[in-house]
Amino acid sequence: MSINKEKDFGTPARASDNMVTLEIDGFQVTAPVGTSVMRAAASIGIEIPKLCATDSIEPFGSCRLCVVQIEGGRGMPASCTTPVSEGLKVVTQNKKLADVRRGIMELYISDHPLDCLTCSANGDCELQDMAGAVGLREVRYNPVETHLNAVKDQSNPYFSFDPSKCIVCSRCVRACEETQGTFALTIDGRGFDSKVSPGQNEAFMDSECVSCGACVQACPTATLMEKTVIDNGQPEHAIVTTCAYCGVGCSFRAEMKGEQVIRMVPAKDGKANHGHSCVKGRFAFGYATHKDRITKPMIRASINDAWKEVSWEEAIAYAASELKRIQAKYGKDSIGGLTSSRCTNEETYLVQKLIRAGFGNNNVDTCARVCHSPTGYGLKQTFGESSGTQDFDSIMKADVIVVMGVNPTDGHPVFGSMMKKRLRQGAKLIVIDPREIDLVKTPHVKADYHLKLRPGTNVALVNALAHVIVTENLVDEAFVNARCDVAAFNKWRTFIADARHAPEATESITGVPAAEIRAAARLYATADNSAFHYGLGVTEHSQGSTTVIGIANLAMATGNLGREGVGVNPLRGQNNVQGSCDMGSFPHELPGYRHVSDPATHALFSEAWQTELSTNPGLRIPNMFEAALDGSFMGLYCEGEDIAQSDPDIKHVHAALRAMECVIVQDIFLNETAKFAHVFLPGASFLEKTGTFTNAERRISPVRQVMRPLAGYADWEVTQLLSNALGYPMNYSHPSEIMDEIARLTPSFNGVSYEKIDELGSIQWPCNEEAPEGTPVMHTDHFLRDNGKGLFMLTEYVPTIEKVTPMFPLILTTGRILSQYNVGAQTRRTDNVAWHSEDRLEIHSHDAEDRGIVTGDWVGIKSRAGETVLRASVTDRVQPGVVYTTFHFPESGANVITTDNSDWATNCPEYKVTAVQITKVHQPSEWQKSYRDFTEQQLELLESGQQHA
Amino acid sequence: MSITIYVPCDSSAASMGADRVAIAIAEEAAKRGIDIKLIRNGSRGMYWLEPLVEVATDKGRVAYGPVQPGDVSGLFDANFTQGGAHALNLGLTEELDYFKKQQRLTFARIGKTDPISLTDYVANDGYRGLKNALAMTQADIVKAVTDSGLRGRGGAAFPTGIKWNTVLNTASLQKYIICNADEGDSGTFSDRMVMEGDPFVLIEGMTIAGLAVDASQGYIYLRIEYPHAFEILNAAIATAYKEGYLGENIQGSGKTFNLEVRQGAGAYVCGEETSLMESLEGKRGLVRFKPPLPAISGLFGQPTIVNNVISLASVPVILDKGGDYYRDFGMGRSRGTLPIQLAGNIKRPGLVELGFGLTLRELLYDFGGGSASGRPIKAVQVGGPLGAYLPEAQFDTPLDYEAFAANWTVLGHGGIVVFDDTVNMAEMARYSMEFCKIESCGKCTPCRIGSTRGVEVMDDIINGRNLDKNIPLLRDLCDTLLNGSLCALGGMTPYPVLSALNHFPEDFGINAKATAA
Repeated sequence: MSINKEKDFGTPARASDNMVTLEIDGFQVTAPVGTSVMRAAASIGIEIPKLCATDSIEPFGSCRLCVVQIEGGRGMPASCTTPVSEGLKVVTQNKKLADVRRGIMELYISDHPLDCLTCSANGDCELQDMAGAVGLREVRYNPVETHLNAVKDQSNPYFSFDPSKCIVCSRCVRACEETQGTFALTIDGRGFDSKVSPGQNEAFMDSECVSCGACVQACPTATLMEKTVIDNGQPEHAIVTTCAYCGVGCSFRAEMKGEQVIRMVPAKDGKANHGHSCVKGRFAFGYATHKDRITKPMIRASINDAWKEVSWEEAIAYAASELKRIQAKYGKDSIGGLTSSRCTNEETYLVQKLIRAGFGNNNVDTCARVCHSPTGYGLKQTFGESSGTQDFDSIMKADVIVVMGVNPTDGHPVFGSMMKKRLRQGAKLIVIDPREIDLVKTPHVKADYHLKLRPGTNVALVNALAHVIVTENLVDEAFVNARCDVAAFNKWRTFIADARHAPEATESITGVPAAEIRAAARLYATADNSAFHYGLGVTEHSQGSTTVIGIANLAMATGNLGREGVGVNPLRGQNNVQGSCDMGSFPHELPGYRHVSDPATHALFSEAWQTELSTNPGLRIPNMFEAALDGSFMGLYCEGEDIAQSDPDIKHVHAALRAMECVIVQDIFLNETAKFAHVFLPGASFLEKTGTFTNAERRISPVRQVMRPLAGYADWEVTQLLSNALGYPMNYSHPSEIMDEIARLTPSFNGVSYEKIDELGSIQWPCNEEAPEGTPVMHTDHFLRDNGKGLFMLTEYVPTIEKVTPMFPLILTTGRILSQYNVGAQTRRTDNVAWHSEDRLEIHSHDAEDRGIVTGDWVGIKSRAGETVLRASVTDRVQPGVVYTTFHFPESGANVITTDNSDWATNCPEYKVTAVQITKVHQPSEWQKSYRDFTEQQLELLESGQQHA
Repeated sequence: MSITIYVPCDSSAASMGADRVAIAIAEEAAKRGIDIKLIRNGSRGMYWLEPLVEVATDKGRVAYGPVQPGDVSGLFDANFTQGGAHALNLGLTEELDYFKKQQRLTFARIGKTDPISLTDYVANDGYRGLKNALAMTQADIVKAVTDSGLRGRGGAAFPTGIKWNTVLNTASLQKYIICNADEGDSGTFSDRMVMEGDPFVLIEGMTIAGLAVDASQGYIYLRIEYPHAFEILNAAIATAYKEGYLGENIQGSGKTFNLEVRQGAGAYVCGEETSLMESLEGKRGLVRFKPPLPAISGLFGQPTIVNNVISLASVPVILDKGGDYYRDFGMGRSRGTLPIQLAGNIKRPGLVELGFGLTLRELLYDFGGGSASGRPIKAVQVGGPLGAYLPEAQFDTPLDYEAFAANWTVLGHGGIVVFDDTVNMAEMARYSMEFCKIESCGKCTPCRIGSTRGVEVMDDIINGRNLDKNIPLLRDLCDTLLNGSLCALGGMTPYPVLSALNHFPEDFGINAKATAA
């Protein structure tokens, strides 16, 4: 193992079919047109000194260290900004060049502290390297003016900014602009007074900085430095792994000192993130070693008892005996389990296998139930596969980007940055969202249309878009005729052409002016490449599946499928939503989305798993709760999911959990669900295990263990122990064997293996004989449905039963924020709370005025389901009549108010529409008080158990 | 019939009291019941005579100057409205030696006409070039400019026709013409004189450039320190739009050219074409690297002609009289005329437009009349603050780009600043470093840090500290600036510094022989 630094070619790669050959220091090199001389030289191992150039950003030509001489040319051009051309003869080293470089370095060092030995960048400093490379031996100046006394900015919790070490190369400024697209940094002043300025000469934390780390990454000196490096010194080895936060699935180098993570650095060759990161993946990994981690198995008979720390053997034996007891008493179907989108494919696969083969029923479900299950349903029906159609890079070829019910700059920040880059290049943007998300107006990006619809009217809006496309003859007839089921299309055409879907007719439903819908529809339909991206604002509705189908119809009708730059792209909330669904986490589907009752599938798995599997679909999550309250579902194995916080109508969920006789929670923290548990099996964080995650673009990426599991076992091992204790033998010695089994049993994974993942870095399924290296873009010449044709489906708009009334006059909708992650179990245990320490209720100034509410007031939020209290934030980002909150803190009780309405097809909860009333209050809600008491009690029970042990 | 009296509106004349003189003349005429027509013309460029009042007579325009408001009543008493004798009577303006000896092509109308009168402009050969251009192919327009031998008068002396040809041959839906009017060199004022004295010639030149390369939009990037020029240009542009010389369908040709004036924000470096474009795009005035050349990827990434005011103002006469006509002036590879600006410690400062080839000495003494102080001229700086200092030994250098280059000096924008023997050249070298320090955009390292260190090293030298260490250090620093800088600001600061050191080592406290490089 070594730190194995990534090679820096100085300038970005250029793609061109035209190659030219030139001569550098007498060596021939061939490079694509547009490549810099610097990069061409680096490609044959000739390293030209450089400081302002780095291959993640465009060349700038400011440091002048990289000057070269060109035969027949004048002066000394910078090699970073000089493009290659045929027959060019370049000299990179001679006396004259050496003199200039040394002269420049002498100037740099005349304004730089000479504290290399005690500097945090010692050993990883490009300035130091270059001083060595140019052979600087003496600084002859007696500097009067310097920046050596510039004051450090320590405001960011994760990195420090020490301007006394800054060489003003602008790499940080350019990274903030080009890579992240936030434009938080600039150079203030000019000449010698030039200095890096966050915002308008503010501290980093007071500026627009989103702490993505791109500037820290780009900095060649100790100016921008991770505090973990300052505290611990340089890492000594690095292991490439995959981020465990959102569905972007960034590839990271975990830079280590022994088993301690010093920093997480985005990998340049990561195919999802291309060397970029966000504040979560880059910095918020400290939760993995947080003091709240539970590392010993625990059991208790009742949730009112103190926890008792026990050995793994005892815990597993107890859990198995309880599950067996319950099955004996209440029947085979009285227990079930939940897989998690937070866990690896291998772990998820194993849990559903345990349930189907070990428990002997199909009572397995996953958190995708409450997020993207409508995606799975809608896209499977229309396109034949439950996944997004594109890879992320495809966006760079899109001319029109539609963003509906998703907030990429907060929820999927790295992809959001890529999207912004494409928008800055000139792609048009249509945002469909009740709220003004950042993308609507952000530096150098402005939405061409923001269709600010009322929550709950997605289907009406999508229908109106389709109506315009059909009635204004914007249908791509050639695509439809060649690629789709024409009979179904014709039926749909007649349906959608009806006047009730016209924008003028839907205006009163959606609140979006007809003219805007018409214009947006024309833009989407007439561009060369239009890409549709959506998220939970589409799926988490009573008609979530209908909207997904409606989006699929739009893409098919306009021929925006089957090539780069187009497609239908669900942005997945969690790291492995796609994977957990692929792995057969749903009660009706075995891995690869094959129905449990399908005879061939049934036979295949029964044979492989050597047991007769049930052909009856099992219980979905909400059904499990109902059954628990009915007394027929009494035992639950819950791995890595926190249903007691994340699921709707939380009081109902808590009641169900209380009703169960054995709740087994496998997690890294005593999460909300664990407070209702009888067995706690300590889990491993992503840093402690090996496996794979599958991101939103179907990319299977490696998760590699960088430290040993704190509790002794990786999660797959725990599942295996439980299975063996239950009498269903599992004997995997490594997760790769699990993947081999998955590959053997799942056609779209046939070609996947750890060897191939190691070789390629990552693989997008389908990966099989037809596509041995995976499939970036799906449905390129036929759809994956049985007849190969895309299927148009009718999408009648049915209003939700959750209606505003005088008693509940406002609609509450929910979303995420950049710094926190879902239930917050991880990010709340990091310094990310510096950005977001509580959930707040956004309310429009009119609605606030009516109620006498100002920013900072405590407000009660009351729905038909319950009541909670949050602080208000008065803003015009939401429209009048709509209020909004995030849901990262359990005490916020966002799910106390959400109702049990759900998607007609998949039971995905209608989180995004809850009718509420808002009033000014002075104390927490009753629920919050009881929550506080319960939490205190559970923490005491935990503590006394731990002390006892 | 009314009598026409000319009082310049030029801001140099105004600074000498021309506006007050104009008011005094108008009031005095009214008082005396004399019917006069007062025209605010541009300056003739004989600044030691400003305010230079001219009276139109049958024999021609008679000059009086320099006139102060207190002189006005006496001038009327002397019947100056009829060209009467007076101590300030200089005779016929165009017979004045300084003026008569010039070859005014670009400045043909300046001082003669009312700057904002389109009628005056057209009556004095204006818009003849455009008329010809409208009847020519684009390639022929570019060829005429190429044939004229015109080279960039901003200082870099790049052949204008070649630049235009590159833009013409770069396909794009949108191209731009930018006039670089950020005239910031010390001792220069020819651009300002054109913009204040004959704005239509610039508008016409830019319009022809637009037609030549298919650029429908032009910008004049004007330094904010030229408020008079801003007003006059805008007035002239408004008239040109009104009379169909700008906008859509120029003179019924179906061609479009739009033009607007944009003001800079006070940075010298924005006279460098790439930072000018950054500034025009609304960004910080940072220098861009080249390639890509602005002619291929310039303003907003589109093919762009960036030319100096004088270059563009020379185009109408070329298109009017032909490339060969213009080419017949000058010497060697320096063709046409150069408007030279004499300034500093000189008796007769002003604008002298002549074909290339005159020597510096002729200019300084025959035109300039020697120093204003009467003391010997020790050095002249030619080509602005980044130009070299020339000692007397080099005064016989002809004004020619190549002859100057051979001396390691530059002609630049044709500004000449004169110093007598009281100047200390080490102080001037320090000033050059300080200028670079103040004006550096801060992008490239040599200029950003080097200029500050340069001032510090010069301070040590001026104070006689460690000369044997500091002189070589200064030379090394100049080498780094010269070879390493991104643009001419850092790249040319060594010209004045090293020329001062090499020609006047005694001012640096060292022996000449010991320091010769």
